[in-house]
Parts: sequence; structure tokens; C-alpha cells
Amino acid sequence: MDFLRPASWEEALAAKAEHPTAVPIAGGTDVMVEINFDHRRPEYLLDLNRVTELQDWHVGAETVQLGASVPYTKIMENLRAELPGLALASHTVASPQIRNRGGVGGNLGTASPAGDAHPALLAADCEVEVESQARGTRLIPIDAFYTGVKRNALEPDELIKSVHIKKADGPQQYSKVGTRNAMVIAVCAFGIALHPETRTVRTGIGSAAPTPIRAKAAEEFLNAALEEGGFWDNGKIITPSVAKQFAELCSGAANPIDDVRGTANYRKHAVGIMARRTLGWTWESYRSGKGRGAEGAA
Amino acid sequence: MAGTKTTTGAPTDVTQKHNKGGIGESTLRPDGTLKVTGEFAYSSDMWHEDMLWGQTLRSTVAHAEIVSIDTAEALAMDGVYAVLTYDDLPAEMKNYGLEIQDTPVLAHGKVRHHGEPVALVAADHPETARRAAAKIKIEYKELPVITDEASALAPDAVLVHEGRDDEYIKWVSHPNIVHNQPIIRGDAEEAAKKADFVVKGEYTFGMQDQAFLGPESGLAVPSEDGGVDLYVATQWLHSDLEQIAPVLGLPEEKVRMTLSGVGGAFGGREDISMQIHACLLALRTGKPVKIVYNRFESFFGHVHRHPAKLYYEHGATKDGKLTHMKCKIVLDGGAYASASPAVVGNASSLSAGPYVIDNVDIEAVALYTNNPPCGAMRGFGAVQACFAYEAQMDKLADKVGMDRVEFRQLNAMEQGTLLPTGQPVDSPAPVAEILRRVKARPLPPERQWEIADGDADVRELPGGLSNTTHGEGVVRGVGYAVGIKNVGFSEGFDDYSTAKVRMEVINGEAVATVHTAMAEVGQGGITVHAQIARTELGVQQVTIHPADTQVGSAGSTSASRQTYVTGGAVKNSCELVREKVLEIGRRKYGSYHPAWATAELLLEGGKVVTDGGEALADLAELLEDETVEIEAEWRHRPTVAFDKRTGQGNGHVQYSFAAHRAVVEVDTELGLVKVIELATAQDVGKALNPLSVVGQIQGGTTQGLGVAVMEEIVVDPKTAKVRNPSFTDYLIPTILDTPTIPVDVLELADPNAPYGLRGMGEAPTLSSTPAVLAAIRNATGLELNKTPVRPEHLTGT
Repeated sequence: MDFLRPASWEEALAAKAEHPTAVPIAGGTDVMVEINFDHRRPEYLLDLNRVTELQDWHVGAETVQLGASVPYTKIMENLRAELPGLALASHTVASPQIRNRGGVGGNLGTASPAGDAHPALLAADCEVEVESQARGTRLIPIDAFYTGVKRNALEPDELIKSVHIKKADGPQQYSKVGTRNAMVIAVCAFGIALHPETRTVRTGIGSAAPTPIRAKAAEEFLNAALEEGGFWDNGKIITPSVAKQFAELCSGAANPIDDVRGTANYRKHAVGIMARRTLGWTWESYRSGKGRGAEGAA
Repeated sequence: MAGTKTTTGAPTDVTQKHNKGGIGESTLRPDGTLKVTGEFAYSSDMWHEDMLWGQTLRSTVAHAEIVSIDTAEALAMDGVYAVLTYDDLPAEMKNYGLEIQDTPVLAHGKVRHHGEPVALVAADHPETARRAAAKIKIEYKELPVITDEASALAPDAVLVHEGRDDEYIKWVSHPNIVHNQPIIRGDAEEAAKKADFVVKGEYTFGMQDQAFLGPESGLAVPSEDGGVDLYVATQWLHSDLEQIAPVLGLPEEKVRMTLSGVGGAFGGREDISMQIHACLLALRTGKPVKIVYNRFESFFGHVHRHPAKLYYEHGATKDGKLTHMKCKIVLDGGAYASASPAVVGNASSLSAGPYVIDNVDIEAVALYTNNPPCGAMRGFGAVQACFAYEAQMDKLADKVGMDRVEFRQLNAMEQGTLLPTGQPVDSPAPVAEILRRVKARPLPPERQWEIADGDADVRELPGGLSNTTHGEGVVRGVGYAVGIKNVGFSEGFDDYSTAKVRMEVINGEAVATVHTAMAEVGQGGITVHAQIARTELGVQQVTIHPADTQVGSAGSTSASRQTYVTGGAVKNSCELVREKVLEIGRRKYGSYHPAWATAELLLEGGKVVTDGGEALADLAELLEDETVEIEAEWRHRPTVAFDKRTGQGNGHVQYSFAAHRAVVEVDTELGLVKVIELATAQDVGKALNPLSVVGQIQGGTTQGLGVAVMEEIVVDPKTAKVRNPSFTDYLIPTILDTPTIPVDVLELADPNAPYGLRGMGEAPTLSSTPAVLAAIRNATGLELNKTPVRPEHLTGT
């Protein structure tokens, strides 16, 4: 195994162009586990730790440009107001040591349905900035990013540079079920973001389908119901029957499997419960004007 | 210190020069700071110049004939020094085992469980060794798998072990039963007729892993005399030695063992793991060989807690007195016997719990299956039984219409009560009192997660940081349980220990050295040994010699026995040393003071003093350049074997009692649990080190919580393969899962034990699990007959 250590982004792109099978590594919290278990033995490891701009973030007018290697700890500490859903998701990632190393680029690169960041990214809405030496930069909408079990829309010569995430314009929430109260891989997870500016709600579901997914039918139903009832303007409590229907549609969007972490039936059930609760929390924040909804975070 | 100059990491110096404190004081452990600062050398930290790395190749299937093994490609690899299979074993003895020598050092013709060692590689780099192992080609012809009672005991069942000739075979009804132990006392059938209420239950206990943090590891160094020096993390050096030497074809004196830093044990190091393999490779290559398992391999490298099915029937009169109990306990021993026979003895003899039940009909069996081998783990058979009988007590109390704690207290054992084996409990048994104490504690406040503004602190709620509830669906439950654990090795085993104690003068100060073969696995035994030596010999500085086989056996660090038995041996040897010192004193000074002849003399503060407190001589002056050293064995009261048909007999040494009250919050919609308090009360006879005692109780309580709500090795019933051999999927409690554990320590002396102490390390692991289950049942109204409880069980999904 060769260890490539580019000193700059340009060198990294060149290395990836020359060795398309090279596996990028930053925090190493995912890749090293795979290597230690001998699940993969890449010909080349492409170390991105010297590419310092991957560890930067920029808060713009509409979006946060989040470098691929920004560790979860920094997101929790610095971007709670702009990216409340992702900050909550970051808090559920493994242990403090792992959160100091791991970043969103790794979650996206691995594209495991169990990656903790995905539901928050799907709910907030974002674009993944990728680049190749040959064709330059392109932005992949998050909805088109996950293409299969542990597969994403990257070309072999491309690297993930950053994620352009919409700044929260309303409350966001994130819940994850695991059979331990900390440091646990998701049995399933759910993200929700209210977007008052567009009067829409977006969702994200993790570990309950071959890829991270949105519950689109649930979103459409809820968007219509909120519009119809004038909820965005009158700030009334969402009718229990609407919340129930939303939860059922979210549950129905899940397409999980039975595995050692949980049964498919339980996952569907839990997605519904999380959908109903997180909708309640975000809507309560919205109508009471109580900030952008990061309450409950420890 | 033992070890060669180039061996680093072999035992960390734990001389306790600056420590203080005799028995009863919370002396700090000498290894504590070293461990939390990362300076302590664990067995996996060892290094030797010119060392090779050993790797084990393990079976990928659970039950198969080995058609062929081809090692040629592995042997041809650069950096590979040796590849060994069964055919390379040097001695006639090719098996080992704690009680039955049924475990092949390397598989011979057949593998009986997933992960069984088949071949060994030694190479100059661990990665080379791993890759070479992967190049060994093994052709398997798969056999049907035995995975449960039905498949094991079917008339035409495949036999896991053919041609058994062990001592247990003649008492079992099927060769796939390792051992069975019936216990009959009174007439359960007749007594059942007098019962106004009868409850029956079927309970399932999952396979728990010891999950010690330091994986199996050790270093074998070949010596010039053809022998080997082995540095290893284990629980019992001399038991290892008895099993290692014969398969190496060496006399025991040529296998010199030294304990290296042990990162936890909990029973999982009672069996041999890499010891023989490293020695074989070292002797074959003539080079030092180190083997370190990774976490994945560790799950296959040691035995686990027996999963069990338990069938119970209890009866009571309408005024709440127990009439009878019938039970059958089926333990899955897996592919090899390990400690199964003794676990059966414990499970059966303690199956009635700490209660007065005069009429019992009990049977415990351990099966041979193709599941992972199971053996010793903290609580050892008593844990599974306690989970079931405590669920029964709640059910029966409810039927009688009594408070659950009062029902237990009404039927609680006390001093003089007879066990199902007919053995009287001949020391204090404060079962009702420890229940009273946990119940009397104020309950934690309701809705303890609420913080300012009506917000919730999710760390205090089920789901914790995963942010699944802010109070929705959360219901509180409270549950109680109590248990009984035996202390020491039972059933007639010669459970002795040896201690060598030396007293001498160094730099003008009388100092002591304590040398035993006791494995310090984290329990704090070395701290206690120094405390005993200070109390008995009146010295301050005590050196604890590294544990090795150059001194007699200390027995196992298990069965809650080390403070009792090796502590007893240290005390005894100290007393013998003291006698010798006083003899010297009498010889030198006897004519100067009449007290030498007439008074009770003690050693205190570096002096010989009378029981009236008068100093007669300074120890350093008395001894001058004389060294007093004594090595002696010490034994507790003997026990006898249980009768094979009736189970009667005084089989146990001592008992340990603990009670718990669990308070849980259950998210009833998501099926997630947060245990918020586990109040404990335990009688320890005498707390030699109160701080360590509380630490042990909290640790044992947490281990019991783990198997209540998360810990389980999942074995596929179709293939008998382990599905979750990693800390990603085998979950143990984090600090956020660990509740407040208030501890109430009672000290009612056992007159038969040194200082009146009770072995105490296991009892808290028993009652913690059923208390948590009872609390979850209380919150949910569900029956919950299986542990661990999973979200699926709580949500009906």
C-alpha cells in the first residue's frame, strides 16, 4: 500500500487523477477501521491532512461552505446557529475522540446509510462540491449524491472539497435510535428542517434504506397540509391527525432490513415516532419563535 | 525483577514505598496513577529484541471435517518463520482444558465452533503473519450444527464429542450433555399441593462477553535449557502451567511463567488462549514470539457467559410463605467443556436464591453444542439463576397480593437456613436487611431531566445524546432484586493459596516483601496484600514481588476468592514471620524484660510492642542483617462434592449477598431505556479496603446492567456463527448508560474467614440484572422473560 501525501489541493487532484483507485483519508475514523478489519486493502491511500483548506468553513449569506475535513467537534462548537440539524447530528457521532477527527467529507465519501450526517444534510438541503483535475469543479445536489449501498455520484478521479449547506431559515431537529445512550451506530435516524422562507419542510432518513433518503411523500403531504391550514402564518399547533399522517408516511418511506442491530419492523416503527416527535419540536420552536431549534442538545 | 534486559513491559514495578494504611483503610492502589496516565505496561505492550509475531488462523465455519490443509504458500512467504498445524504438535498430549481435557491445541480433523484455532504462523511482522495465515488453504466439509437443547438431545443428534471418557459421562443421559446436577430436598410434589398460588415461568439469558479492555496477549521467550519463559495476562498462572507443559512435552519447571499487566479478566482469562500457541512457535523458531489478539479475535479467543434457558415453578401459601420450587436450568456450554461442570454445580445449588424453601426439585445441565464455548464469567451460573428466580418472586408476590420486597423479606434466608444441598448457612445472612436498606433510600426526583424553561437535558433521558425524546413516551419504573453467590471454589476442590513473605532491614528500616502467584487483574489484590503485611508486621514499606510460578499456586483470581484465600495466605505467612521475628527477639532481648515471656506481643510502627502498648524493641535493630522468609500454603475449610443424584453435601465455603433497587426511565414508544439509579446494599463481612469494595460493587452492578439492556453475543441459529464480534455491535455501557450507584456496605463478620471478610466481587453482578428487568416490567407492564431487553421487545416490533 502506497501512502500519498499531497501538500496542496492541486497536488491531491493530480494524485487522484494519476491513481483513481486511491482511497482518500482525512480523519481516518472510517477508512482505518476498514483497513484494520482487512475489509479493504487499497493500493493507495491519499492523505488529505496537509490540504489545510479542507479544514476551513465560510459562512456566506445563503450557505455555509463546510470543508470536507472540518471535524464534527468544530461543527458543534461553531456552527450550531447556522447548521442546527448537522450540529445535533454531529453530537451523536461516536465519541469525543472520533468527533475530533472525523468530518462530513468522510461520511459522504463512504456513503454508508448509517452515516450520522446524511439525514441532517438531506433535510437542510445542500450541494456537494467535488473536483477533478481534468474537468474542474462541479456541484452535486445532495438528492443526487447517494446512488446505492455505500456508493455515491463521485467519478473515480474526483475528490470531495466541501459541502455548501443552506443556512437554517427555521428550526431543525435530528434524532437517532441506538441501543446505547452514547457512542452507538444508528439503528435508524431522522432529520427534519423547517424552511419558512420557502414554506417547505425537508426530511432525511438514515439506516432505514439502502441509501440515505428523504421521505418525499411525507414532505409533500405536510407542505400541502401546512399551506392549506395557513399554519405558516397563524402559527397554530399542527393538528394531531396531520402529524400522525406525516409520521406514517415517513415510516412508509423507510425500506429497511433486519440485521444484528435491529429488525426492519422496528426501524419503520422508530422512524415514524422520530418523525412525529421532531416535527413537534421544530414546529413548537417555529410558532413560539424560540430560535432555530437546537434545544435539547446537551 | 524477572524478565530479561531486552524485555520491556514485563511487570510494572508496584513497590509500595510511599503508600500507607493497614486493613480497613482506603489505601490507594499503586497501579492506579500508572494506568490512568498510560504508563502501566499491559501484556500487549511487551517487546523483545529479535521478536516474531504469532498469528492464529481460525475456522470460518462452526462444524466441519477438515478435508485438507495446505500451508505451502504461507510458508514460502518472505518473513515467515513457521507455520504449525495439529501435525506439528510435539507431545503426545494435544488437548487441554480446565476440567475436561477436550480442547485441541489446534484442530484435529474437525472444527467444532466458529473461530476454532486451526493453524499458527510466526513472522517478523504482524501484518506478514496475518497475510500468511490468510494464504493457508483449508478445505472443510460442513457438518450439521447443534445449536440448542432440541438439536443437542435429539436421539439421532450428531455428537459434538465422540468417545467421551471423562468423569461426567457416566452420569449424563446423552453424550451432548457435559454435566448435569440434580438436587432433591423435601418433597416438592407433595408441597405443591399445599400451595395456594403457583407461578411458572420460562426465562432466557443471552450470551454475555467479559469484554475486558486488554485483549489476550503474551510473549514467549525460548531459553537455553530448552524451556520457555512465558509472560502473559492470565487469571491463574499455575492452572495455565498444568495445561501448557504437557502439550509442549516439557516438565513444569522448564515453563517459567510471569504475570504481565492484565487489562481486566472477569472470568475470560481462566481458560488458555494464546499461551500454548506462543510457546509452540517460540520453541519451533528458537525466537521470542509475541501474540496479541485484536478485538475481533478476542471475541473468539475466550469463553463467554453461558446463555441459558430456565424453567421455574414456585408455590406459596396465601400468607406468603414459599412452599416449593421446581426448576430446570439448561446452560449452553458450546463446543468445549471449559468450566461448564462447575457452572452447573453453582447454577443448581444456588437456584433457589437467598430464600427458605424446604421442598425443591432442581436440575441444571450444560450442553455440548457448536456454539462458542462458554465458561467462567463473574457470577458463574448464579447470575442466570438469579435473573429467573427474582422474576418469579415478583410474579408470586403479585399473586399473593403482597408487596414485592415484603414478600422477599418474609421468605428471606438467615443464618442457619439450609440450602437446597442441605448445607446450613453458618454465618450472617442479612438478606432481609439489605432489601430494607435499598428500599428505605429516597427515590430520585420525578422528571429529573427537566432543566430551565421546560427544556430537557437529553443526557438524563432514554436515548441520551441521540436526542430521541424530550420526555415524550417516558415512563418510570422501580424494581428490586437480591441474590446469593458462593465464594471460593466449591464441591471438594482443594482451593488453597500460597504466600511467601520476607522481612528484612533495608537502609535501616524493617521492610516486607510479599510474593504470591496471585493474578492482579484489576481487583486491587496487590493493594490489599500490602495492607495486610503492614497490619500484621508493623512495617510501612511493602514490596509486592511480581506474580510468577517461582512461588506456589495462589489459585485463581475468580470466584470472589482472592482476598479471602490469598489474602488469608498472606496473613498466615505474616503471622509465621512474626513468630520467627519474636523468637529472634526473645533470644536477643528476652532476659532484659519480662514482657517477652509473658505478654501478647505485636509488631507495630516498626517496633515490637506489648498488647499494653509498651515498646520492647525496634524491628530494624532486632533483625540487623537477618532475613526472615516463609512460604506457606493456606486453606479455608474443606468442602465436599455434591451427591450426583440428590445434590446433597456441604459443597460451599462462604456466601455473599447483595440487593439492588433499580430506577429506570423507559421510552415506551421507542423501547429505549435509561437506568437512572441502581441503589445497592451488600454485606462484605469486613471491608479490607472500603474504596476498592465500593469500586467493585459499582463495577459489578454496571456489568449486570449491561446484560440487562444491551450486551449479547448474537449467534446465528442456522450456522452457529457469531454475528457481532466487535465493539461496534457488541455494546457495553458507557458512562451515559451508567447510573448513580449509591452503595450501602454492611460489615457482619464471618467468623470462619480472615478478618471476618466476605469475597464480594461477584454478588453485585447477580441482582443488578433482575432489578433492572423488574423496573422495566414495572414501567411497561410487559412480561419480558428474556435478557438483554431490546427495543423490539418493548415495542412489539
